[in-house]
Amino acid sequence: MNLTTIKKLIQLYDDILSVQHKTEVAREIRDEDDLFLFLCLSETLGLPNPAFYYTLELYPHMIEKFHDWHLRMGMEKSPLDGLRCC
Amino acid sequence: MHAVWLAVIGTIVFWLGYRFYSKFVAERIYRLDPNFVTPAHEYNDGVDFVPTKKSVLWGHHFTSVAGAAPIVGPAIAVYWGWLPALLWVLLGTVFAAGVHDFGTLVLSVRNKGQSVGTLANKLIGKRAKLLFLFIILILVLMVNAVFAWVISNLFIKFPASVIPVFIEIPLAIWIGYAVYKKKGSMLIPSIIALVVMYGSAVLTSKVPALQIDLVKYFGGAEATTLFGLNGVSLAFFVWIVILMVYCYIASTLPVWKLLQPRDYINSHQLVVGLVIMYGGLLFLNPEITAPITNPEATDKSWFPLLFITIACGAISGFHGLVSSGTSSKQLDKETDARFVGYLGAVGEGFLALISIIACVTVFSSVGEFKEAYSSFGAANGGGLGNFIAGGAQLATGIGIPADIAGTIISIIVVSFAATTLDSSVRLMRYIIAELGTEYKVPSLTKTHVATSIAVVSSAALVLLPKGPNGFGSGGYLLWPLFGTSNQLLAGISLLLVSIWLKRLGRNYLVTFIPMVFILFMTIWAMIQQVVFEWSGLGATDMNLLLFIFGSIILVFAIWIVLTALKELTKRDTPTNL
Repeated sequence: MNLTTIKKLIQLYDDILSVQHKTEVAREIRDEDDLFLFLCLSETLGLPNPAFYYTLELYPHMIEKFHDWHLRMGMEKSPLDGLRCC
Repeated sequence: MHAVWLAVIGTIVFWLGYRFYSKFVAERIYRLDPNFVTPAHEYNDGVDFVPTKKSVLWGHHFTSVAGAAPIVGPAIAVYWGWLPALLWVLLGTVFAAGVHDFGTLVLSVRNKGQSVGTLANKLIGKRAKLLFLFIILILVLMVNAVFAWVISNLFIKFPASVIPVFIEIPLAIWIGYAVYKKKGSMLIPSIIALVVMYGSAVLTSKVPALQIDLVKYFGGAEATTLFGLNGVSLAFFVWIVILMVYCYIASTLPVWKLLQPRDYINSHQLVVGLVIMYGGLLFLNPEITAPITNPEATDKSWFPLLFITIACGAISGFHGLVSSGTSSKQLDKETDARFVGYLGAVGEGFLALISIIACVTVFSSVGEFKEAYSSFGAANGGGLGNFIAGGAQLATGIGIPADIAGTIISIIVVSFAATTLDSSVRLMRYIIAELGTEYKVPSLTKTHVATSIAVVSSAALVLLPKGPNGFGSGGYLLWPLFGTSNQLLAGISLLLVSIWLKRLGRNYLVTFIPMVFILFMTIWAMIQQVVFEWSGLGATDMNLLLFIFGSIILVFAIWIVLTALKELTKRDTPTNL
């Protein structure tokens, strides 16, 4: 058994064990992103946002993420009138 | 006869099953299509739905389903001799578990990666979904009670394992933090954690002062302590309370903080355990000292109890939850389902096989075996201890000293049982919350309310029934109930796959026959226990708690049979699949 095969085996072993953990970390990160999205869009939901003028500038960058979010939540069309992503 | 032959026969049977039977099922019955767009591709979101290489997914699937249950069941079932246990593990894996795990995976893949519970709703109706939830609730309640007792029992029998097992908790939190916050790899930290654990196992095995022996602290087994309990009962009580407090904390923390990194370390332990035991078997090749069949095992008939005593390792409904819950969302190609699902069951079969081998080779003579397995109660109470002693004996084959090997094997078993325990408390919390939503009781959906109900009811179930060894030994009695609820779950999953196959106009006998078999055995075993043992109508006194639980499971089982008959005899073929 040469070194490349051993390295491949170790890589496979690491992949097997970390696949579940990667999913969990990705889910945690996605939840944090969702929270950030909610904070940025709080004004559109009727919650006062002191940083509104700054977050407004982020809207063009958020539109794609927002589209992914409402699809993930089972809504085919954007639930917010002010954000027409599709 | 040398034990290595059991491993050889097992390997050949599993290989034949995979090579021919699973191929037949994949091509002729499930008709896997390499061009089918799997949910992993259709809904790829980088989190739940991710196409994964089949070898990686198989490993993940196997480590998720393998736990303490495929070890405990066979360790008890060798009470009837090694042949019945061996045959059920081999044939059950090939003809029941394989098609069950494989079938639920394919069914879920063909239905957007939905779980078995959701599919029950879709294929049979809302009542079936609720029935499903209740059965899972009972199953996890049993798991909590049984494994809390199993771990306490092992801590009492193997006090050297206590410190290494508890060291795993801060190590896991450290790994979770390091990986999540610093985005590092988990391989090296988890190997360091494993080395620290096994290093401490060497220390505790050699230094008696480091062994946390509660029975000794309480003045010995015969001493009368608090509330009139003897030393052993009080030790059980203290360990069960500590474990339940731990479960409460572990199941309310975010998964990445403790459970995930601990699972990762435990996956190493699974590999270490299998390698040292199968490796040791090859070098040591011990004689089988247990009888082929045990004619003196008359207090409980093997038929039908064998088929519910070995659940995981022959067929287990829990696997359907993993197949349909996570693996189906990560399957790259539909044709990979055979490799992942069927071979996942085979992996668990190998774990059950080594459990049988360890228990039938540990004794020096048939007389010693019969003394240890003098009754079904003794088998329930001592089976796992025999597995650890047998596993340690096998490990000496590769040069590990017997005392250290005993501690390491007990750490592995306790770690598996602890993972099962806290995952199951978490699962119970989710189910209570879901039932709260379903029946509009909002307080049940709160994390701490649901967790408190889960923990308190589990503790009550393990502490209240009067076991053969007094207070705290209720766990002895619960194993058959655990097996029954697990097999019922498997029965429902096989029913769903059968209905799906029937509606597609295919031959559904490959799933229907194991379904009939498993439901028949479950119902028969339940009638025997509920009517003749726990009701008080037979020779023994009434056991109210077990009678109630047993009756609920029996009613559910009959309900499923009626539902199955109704669905499978329907003439119309809906096209919602």
